[in-house]
Amino acid sequence: MSRFSLARMWAVFIKEFQQMMRDRLTFAMAVGIPVLQLILFGYAINTDPKGLPTAIVSTDSGPLSRSIVAALQNTGYFRVDHTGTSEAEGDALIENGKAQFLIVIPPDFSRSVVRGERPALLVSVDATDPSASGNAIAALNAVAGQALRQDLQGPLRSLQTAPAPYEVRIHRRYNPEGLSRYNIVPGLIGTILTMTMVMLTGLAMTRERERGTMENLLATPVRPSEVMVGKILPYVVMGYIQLAVILLAAFALFQVPMEGSMPLLMAMIGVFIIANLAVGFTFSTVARNQLQAMQMTFFFFLPSMLLSGFMFPFRAMPEWAQRVGEVLPLTHFLRIVRGILLKGNAAPQLLGELWPMLAFMTVVSVVALKRYRQTLD
Amino acid sequence: MSDSSATLAIDVTGLSKHYGGRAVVDNVDLQVGTGRICGFLGPNGSGKTTSIRMLCGLLTPDSGSGTCLGLDIITEAPAIKRQVGYMTQKFGLYDDLSIRENLDFIARLFEMPNRKQAVDAALEQLGLATRQKQLAGSLSGGWKQRLALAACMIHQPRLLLLDEPTAGVDPKARRDFWDQIHRLADEGMTVLVSTHYMDEAERCHELVYIAYGKVLAKGTAAQIVAQAGATDLEDAFVRLVGRVQDNFT
Repeated sequence: MSRFSLARMWAVFIKEFQQMMRDRLTFAMAVGIPVLQLILFGYAINTDPKGLPTAIVSTDSGPLSRSIVAALQNTGYFRVDHTGTSEAEGDALIENGKAQFLIVIPPDFSRSVVRGERPALLVSVDATDPSASGNAIAALNAVAGQALRQDLQGPLRSLQTAPAPYEVRIHRRYNPEGLSRYNIVPGLIGTILTMTMVMLTGLAMTRERERGTMENLLATPVRPSEVMVGKILPYVVMGYIQLAVILLAAFALFQVPMEGSMPLLMAMIGVFIIANLAVGFTFSTVARNQLQAMQMTFFFFLPSMLLSGFMFPFRAMPEWAQRVGEVLPLTHFLRIVRGILLKGNAAPQLLGELWPMLAFMTVVSVVALKRYRQTLD
Repeated sequence: MSDSSATLAIDVTGLSKHYGGRAVVDNVDLQVGTGRICGFLGPNGSGKTTSIRMLCGLLTPDSGSGTCLGLDIITEAPAIKRQVGYMTQKFGLYDDLSIRENLDFIARLFEMPNRKQAVDAALEQLGLATRQKQLAGSLSGGWKQRLALAACMIHQPRLLLLDEPTAGVDPKARRDFWDQIHRLADEGMTVLVSTHYMDEAERCHELVYIAYGKVLAKGTAAQIVAQAGATDLEDAFVRLVGRVQDNFT
């Protein structure tokens, strides 16, 4: 008798859907906001992140490669987390986002330099967010000429020539032209969904209380979980409509590539949308009126936008801010959406970003259900 | 009460509810026999709405216990909600849904097996069939009241709790409303209805008069008038309240 009733949940869904369709202004805004924001967010903010995770793949045992690595670390831009000999391993680190830079030092590098052969230092950059790696790349080029100055003394002095005694070949992966819109547009999918989803559910429940329909609803046998699911589902539909609008604009106006799988993106977005809707529902159980629900939405939206890596490169933020950012679903969603669109990531590579979103969703849903009172006390 | 053979639809004792240290409902006993119409009277803020909410499980009493339709009001509130029709004082349906959509929604929530027939029947009976597509928000006060009544009866409850159902409704509509209440009571429905109108009070089988959260009098209209030594109901209530005020000062 006190079991979850699909029929009652469906009742709430139908009713909510009818109200949503009748509220033309809200509907128009939900579709209009993405278009407006896409056009407004033309430019990325450039900042100067340091200590970017770097993987070194080196098969050279000579002293010169060590000098180069030391010089790179001294710039402050590179933080060597991984040193190995397997290039495949290094590639994997870039692919799943654990490393931003991969520096491959070819075998016999030191000897080739001494012989004056100008060997190539191969640098791969995860350029999905160009503003996060731009300055580091500049530093890399500057270092090239000076790194070996102290090593090349005595008879090798002749190698201290104007062009460095070795070549730095930079390979910008995933976003070869360093276009910031490749970074911003997928990010907008996440921010727009966060704002509209949290706001709309936040309003949906407080509206019941404000208009005095809550008492009537509570007097029926409907259970909190049925109300919650029934109220959230119509907005999931709305979320996918927004997604379609943004993706269409992204492909048509901004020529953003789609390297990965569309069904995978759809599935991941489903989790993200539900996580945000649960936040909105929780707010609506706390807020006393629609104005408060709006205020709470912005209270959630601002940190999401600032600390998720949307506004500023995640790695440029201080440690504490990164910790806060890791909790927010948007942070993980941004990595997922950029991973799928730009890097062609598959499901296994994204698991590490999926579970924090799932955990967030579960915790918030439990809070929402606990907060929802079946009485007027 | 007056008919000892009848079972009690409402039987609660010692109900109390406090807000901010003040007793809004103070030790209220209430018994209503099945098929009776009980009028719930009292000045504004006397605790009528709070009492009704406690009966249908919308509020948990601070103390007191009892049954509604034989079900415990504290532990079996979900079961009570299925069999009780509660009409809120303020219009509690959705202004942005049509009449039919509103009724449909409520019928779905109660998991009515023959929803369409039930909604059709309710529309027909209330004379709203031709206006079923009209938005509830565009209805006048009288029509809203009819719609709210239809909504709280769609699941064929055994007990109706009506909180000032006729406030702001014209005399003709009020009379129609009361005719209907009596028809329902004849079919075995129990009705607890709060009101401020004396002519309505006289149409109830029995009355409960409440002020400052306390029950001051109960019985038939004639009994209350006699008890208070008054000339009519209105006079009786004025005297009853006067006595309580004297005790306070």
